[in-house]
Amino acid sequence: MKIAVLSGKGGTGKTFVATNLARSAERCVYLDCDVEEPNGHLFLNGPLLSSSKVSLPIPKVNESLCDGCKKCVDFCRFNALAFVQNRVIVFDKICHSCGGCKIVCPQDAIYEVDREIGQIESRTYKNTQVFTGKLLPGEESGTSIIHELFDKIKPEDSLVIIDAPPGSACVVMDSIKDVDYCILVAEPSIFGSHNLKMVHELVKLFNKPHAAVLNKSLGEDNPSKDYCIENNIEILADIPFSQELGKLTAEGKLVVEYNNEAKELFKDLLDKIYKEVRI
Amino acid sequence: MKQLLILSGKGGTGKTTVASSLIKLSSAKAFADCDVDAPNLHLVMAQDKEPIKKDFYGLDVARINQDKCISCDLCRQNCRFDAINVNEGYVVDNFACEGCAVCTIVCPADAIDMLPRITGNLSLYKNDHVFSTAELIMGSGNSGLLVTQVKKDLTQNTDAPLAIIDGSPGIGCPVIASISGVDMVLLVTEPTLSGFSDMERIIQTSRGFPAKIAVCINKYDLHKENSEKIEQFCEEKGISFIGKIPFDKAAVSLVNNGLTLVDKEGLSKEAIVGIYDKIMKLLYGEEKI
Amino acid sequence: MIIGIPADKEDKNSPVSGSFGRAPFYFIYNDETNEVEFAVNDAAKAQGGAGVKAASLIVEKKVDTIITPQLGENASMVIKAANIKMYQSKEGSLMDNVLYLKDGKLEQLGNIHEGFHKS
Repeated sequence: MKIAVLSGKGGTGKTFVATNLARSAERCVYLDCDVEEPNGHLFLNGPLLSSSKVSLPIPKVNESLCDGCKKCVDFCRFNALAFVQNRVIVFDKICHSCGGCKIVCPQDAIYEVDREIGQIESRTYKNTQVFTGKLLPGEESGTSIIHELFDKIKPEDSLVIIDAPPGSACVVMDSIKDVDYCILVAEPSIFGSHNLKMVHELVKLFNKPHAAVLNKSLGEDNPSKDYCIENNIEILADIPFSQELGKLTAEGKLVVEYNNEAKELFKDLLDKIYKEVRI
Repeated sequence: MKQLLILSGKGGTGKTTVASSLIKLSSAKAFADCDVDAPNLHLVMAQDKEPIKKDFYGLDVARINQDKCISCDLCRQNCRFDAINVNEGYVVDNFACEGCAVCTIVCPADAIDMLPRITGNLSLYKNDHVFSTAELIMGSGNSGLLVTQVKKDLTQNTDAPLAIIDGSPGIGCPVIASISGVDMVLLVTEPTLSGFSDMERIIQTSRGFPAKIAVCINKYDLHKENSEKIEQFCEEKGISFIGKIPFDKAAVSLVNNGLTLVDKEGLSKEAIVGIYDKIMKLLYGEEKI
Repeated sequence: MIIGIPADKEDKNSPVSGSFGRAPFYFIYNDETNEVEFAVNDAAKAQGGAGVKAASLIVEKKVDTIITPQLGENASMVIKAANIKMYQSKEGSLMDNVLYLKDGKLEQLGNIHEGFHKS
């Protein structure tokens, strides 16, 4: 079973919910798809076991075969190639690795080499195997890292929890397209409810069964709760704002390891999710 | 025009809350929301008039003409983005398609076209102030150019002396696009392990640019020890540390009612006033605080 | 000399554009014949790689000297590879800057920025 935890807005508690859920299971694989700012490994903080590079293929021109026809330059929609002083210059960081220039070259003068854009780190923390995707600062697209993270899942992994990036851009879609269930985490501000709406539309578009977890609730008006009720989104848990839980989380601690109420809450939540998915 | 950009690295530290407070305090006549993935500033800075709206076009998207398609499978095999699927015919997944046009050149039946694609909606509010914002259409990539357009729409429609820009979380392309051309970056962080880790990454990203960098801590008293660590870190790295805002439970209600932290007397307002003073000093002369 | 300067309007008395890669036009001035041309810059609308495309246009137009307020690192790679000279523009119009250059009042460009890699 693959469960994605998403939020639309950053800082609502995606990682908080995802890591504590993971720790509440008997065994679990945790994929940190928030490749720009991954945080799960700060909580599920086993020692680093291995780190593998993620690369994208970039074109290189064999100058002895190139006859200066410029078909590659003209084809590239990303303007990643230029022809100056009889040479093709490749702009690595603009290239989208589509392979088109290699295909159009009539002289077969283009070959590809790998360029590193990020890493995948592997750790184990108690019951959880943790894979963290990291995008190198300055790089644009985390899509290929997310694909490689999903490749880490083995058939015998019965529970996989995916910490998705915030927002609703293409990397979020990459993180949820193969999952069975989505948990939408929302905070009680209008910012939170506005972004909850965005991410709700996203999961509906992908036809993913989903439910909400309200976090940092202050007990008064909760526009996110209102949104859930108005839109028939089941609320699986309503976690009140707690200075104590906040402090533990601020220190990188898993609240289920230090607070009995939290332990019960997350165990309950996991049970509820299992029930929902089995239906 | 001096441009101040508010960033955070980690989401949820209070960028929009701080940005809106600074806009109110400074009576800035020019502001923008560059968090095009999840724009929020318009929820606090309520506007009277309707904005001028504009479509934003991204990279083209491929479209397979079913009448001409001979199901040879060459397009799907050559697509590096898994954007072509078989579902009662060969169909392009618009969200996955990056607009590279490789499919158009491998198709032997000339069955594929590249079509223009709207990837965002821009809104420009012009009252006694100018407010530029945009929303990226769900699933789109390449938001950097949309961010650039938001800023351009702002700077081309005003000659106000100060522009305040609410940035986006993360360290990726939209953030990089927003830093370009600004005079100062204010990093709003929070006293958590995650916040600290993300702050380091955003500082690394920002350092390549000529803008001055300053840090402030929001909700600092939720963990005073961590807050001290952040201050120490800034001191060690020679980064201006310009203030700390206490956690205020009332902040959520204020924001939900379209108000800012400076609309209520108290410690939060005092902290923001102090931060604003230091921002002005850095923007108009001093190298570091 | 064939001089290229980024321009916002097709008017030789209008100011130099603030951006190289995304200026809507290039003012191209032939020093020997005094001919003036405004070339449309397709790169202005490009999703990404604007600097590369814009610089390629400059190369195609056989410009040997550019005057600009700034230059991104991608554009500068193309410009340098083509051995085109780069000068820092001053406040004033396109024609003003041409005259500044001829009077030796312009400095070589030192302001190359990282830009945004994929925009």
